[in-house]
Amino acid sequence: MKKYLNLFTNGLIKENPLLTLMIGLCSSLAITTTVANGIGMGLAMTFVLLMSEVIISLFRKLIPDSIRIPVFIIVIASFTTVVDLVMKAYTPDLSAAMGVFIPLIVVNCIIMGRVESFASKRPIDEVVFDALGMGLGYTWVLVGISVVRELLGAGTLLGFRIIPESYTIGFFAQSSGGFFVFSLFIALNMGIKKMNEKKEVTR
Amino acid sequence: MNDLLKIFISAMLIDNVVLMRFLALCPFIGMSTDVKKSTGMGVAVMFVTVLATAVTYPLYKFVLLPLHLEFLQILTFILVIASLVQLVEFYLKKSAPALYSSMGVYLALITTNCAILAVTFDVFTKGYNFGEALVYAIGVAAGFMMSLLLLAGIRERIKIAPVPSFLKGTPILFVAAALLSMAFSGFAGLIK
Repeated sequence: MKKYLNLFTNGLIKENPLLTLMIGLCSSLAITTTVANGIGMGLAMTFVLLMSEVIISLFRKLIPDSIRIPVFIIVIASFTTVVDLVMKAYTPDLSAAMGVFIPLIVVNCIIMGRVESFASKRPIDEVVFDALGMGLGYTWVLVGISVVRELLGAGTLLGFRIIPESYTIGFFAQSSGGFFVFSLFIALNMGIKKMNEKKEVTR
Repeated sequence: MNDLLKIFISAMLIDNVVLMRFLALCPFIGMSTDVKKSTGMGVAVMFVTVLATAVTYPLYKFVLLPLHLEFLQILTFILVIASLVQLVEFYLKKSAPALYSSMGVYLALITTNCAILAVTFDVFTKGYNFGEALVYAIGVAAGFMMSLLLLAGIRERIKIAPVPSFLKGTPILFVAAALLSMAFSGFAGLIK
């Protein structure tokens, strides 16, 4: 049980794909202007990650080593197409808001990285928890960034007005605000890690 | 002619692929450590982007659309790009070893460069014809190279600058990118 918990929490902070490994950045900054987008992207990504990891872990002994990368890409691309079509059918607004970033899940390095370094070597039960942890780690950072950006940039949260319109700061809604908020998130994550290290030393 | 120039300028400056649209951030942070690396990466990206657009555009228009296979777009495009990169790598290795040794390392990384896949999708949503699509691809790649070179220049200065300790390392790069992106938003009114 403890093994699963470790695998799960690993992706949340310690090996958080966005803040520590610095991969899969593109989508995380572009679509985080509203919280709804952040949640949608996080869930889409988690689904693709989970399904690809499960499928590849199931077939890991059958995939020849020399052509594993193309096989991985095909699996990931298929699930991305599934997500793309489902979102177009059931959440057309969300799909339109994210535009090209849904198809771009294919080239998101988080999925390729996890599939290559984890799912292609481990049994399926470990893989499920790893995928869920990584996906949730990705989602919480996305939601965190988008909360800051939507609240300060547009004065709303999930569409509800919280700050009066005349007090919003346009900077955060623009792309430069995205970069800035993200830099603060990395700094925060590094700070937390340093504090943890210090604690361990004094202990 | 005027239209093509407009497409080029807006792809390169106004909608700069890295700073305004957040594509290709991984190489933007990873490869901008010095000017030489950034130039190599920029040239390689431009080469593959134009080539990929030139192949995927007719493929979509003349194969996928008539057969009503639009839903295979993601799958085919990523495969085309991946195999193109491989082909280019083999070709350069055989015919231009000098060029290969300076560009080869970056070629392998390009498959996962999201700017290229994004360009091949963009040209359809924007409704460009074949010529415009190629100009757009060149413009995007030029914008990518420019922002890479700009960040490379800034990184040299950051090395000797007194950076607040909590921003040391990667965070300061994103702060620099934020300032760069603010400067680029000034281009917004360039084309009416």
